[in-house]
Amino acid sequence: MNESLTLLGFGSTGWGDDLARGVLVTVSLSLATLPIGLVLGFLLSLAKQSEDALLKLSADIFTTIFRGLPELLTLFLVYFGINAALKSASQATGLPDIALSSFVSGMVALGVVFSAFASEVFLSAFRAIPHGQREGGLSLGLGRAKVMLLVILPQLIKIALPGLANLWMNLLKDTALVSVIGLADILRQAGIAARVSREPFLFFGTAIVLYLILTIISSFAIGGIDRWTKRGEVAK
Amino acid sequence: MSGNTTTLAVPAAPRPKLKPAGLIAIGIWIAVAIAFVFYFVQAFDVTLIERFGMKYLSGLWVTVSLVAVSFVCGAIVSLPVALGRMATNPIARALSFAFVYFFRGTPLIAQIFLIYYGFGQFHGFFETIGLWWFFREAWYCGLLSLALNTAAYQAEILRGAIESVPKGQWEGGRSLGIPRLVIFFKIVLPQALIVALRPYANEIILMIKASAIVAIITVYDLFGETRQAYSRTYDFQTYVWAALLYLAIVEALRHATNWAERRLTRHLKR
Repeated sequence: MNESLTLLGFGSTGWGDDLARGVLVTVSLSLATLPIGLVLGFLLSLAKQSEDALLKLSADIFTTIFRGLPELLTLFLVYFGINAALKSASQATGLPDIALSSFVSGMVALGVVFSAFASEVFLSAFRAIPHGQREGGLSLGLGRAKVMLLVILPQLIKIALPGLANLWMNLLKDTALVSVIGLADILRQAGIAARVSREPFLFFGTAIVLYLILTIISSFAIGGIDRWTKRGEVAK
Repeated sequence: MSGNTTTLAVPAAPRPKLKPAGLIAIGIWIAVAIAFVFYFVQAFDVTLIERFGMKYLSGLWVTVSLVAVSFVCGAIVSLPVALGRMATNPIARALSFAFVYFFRGTPLIAQIFLIYYGFGQFHGFFETIGLWWFFREAWYCGLLSLALNTAAYQAEILRGAIESVPKGQWEGGRSLGIPRLVIFFKIVLPQALIVALRPYANEIILMIKASAIVAIITVYDLFGETRQAYSRTYDFQTYVWAALLYLAIVEALRHATNWAERRLTRHLKR
């Protein structure tokens, strides 16, 4: 027991500081991916409701591809594919080499996957808002942008929140996949510690507990946001 | 009235206007598709197919069998968990809640690592109880973690579906003097499974996607074979093949689900 505590401790004898850095990487990757996924997903859901058949079709193709591919494969496609393309591009043009780091690859791949799922969540939320809301806003003389911002969006967030919360949890868990292409997140740090100390159960167990703590914190935060979006409703 | 046959000129439906946004978006996809075809024609290599074609098929079989077996095992485990979630006994509720929260709140890849690498630490213990053959094999470890993981998700699907059946169905059965077990299997479950069909199909799709993770612990499923092929050839098209195969399975399943749902709910259509 004492030995385990030393191994998990901070400082030169333990792996506590490495794991803590891993937590930081996991959290920052998730938080960096979230806005990309939300914005892209929102735009996709707008495209899917558009009268323009071509735009709708394009958005549907995007969703079909990135919902159907395994996240791990998407990650590899982005990491190896884009890096290979960048390399040949820089060789052709003579520009200096640029390569995507595993962090940026993770952001792109997970952001794209998040947006594909989020677009469906937004779409069904849009459908749950009655037409009269839009028409009412327009008849009051608000512009299209203002109707979206002041009338539709506040209701949309409330309806879409449970679905988005699920996607956030998935995102948080999917960041563990990025450790496979070398990102020093919780799982990778735990793996290194496990190999060096020969205590895999202790370290992978700790990693799982850390992820659990992150999901528990998230569900409290989501509960807070949920109450905030319902502040206009009658208290129960 | 009857002589008045002047037909109102029906206004022609406005032709859908092509807008720049849609044209640009579809243009990008067409460009991607052309680039893809061009790349494939240029990079296509018959020797690659000769070398890896059969391996991909065997990988595909490993993926499908792994998902099928763990889905069925998960379904069996999920039944007591779902019943525990709905039980009145606080201990059963707490245990099943903890089970579900643990497996849904942590990444599958971490669970697989814990089982495959973590349990390997207790090599001696498993040997004495005669279970080492199980935890030694990556395939079994992948199977176990996938089965437990999906059991947690399936328990929630099952619970939601059973709770979606109105209480009156239970009460009606009771008032006819039907035993509870018969009510559950003959009245409630058939109605619940219609609700659960789509979530279950989604769960299978999610599992097929998640099963790619077992490649990391050296199971040669579709993704594992792909990784091996890539590491031998450094040819990117190996990944593209895998992507096409995965997309084909998932799309086929999605369409099959839509068809099955239409068929099973045809008595509800008016």
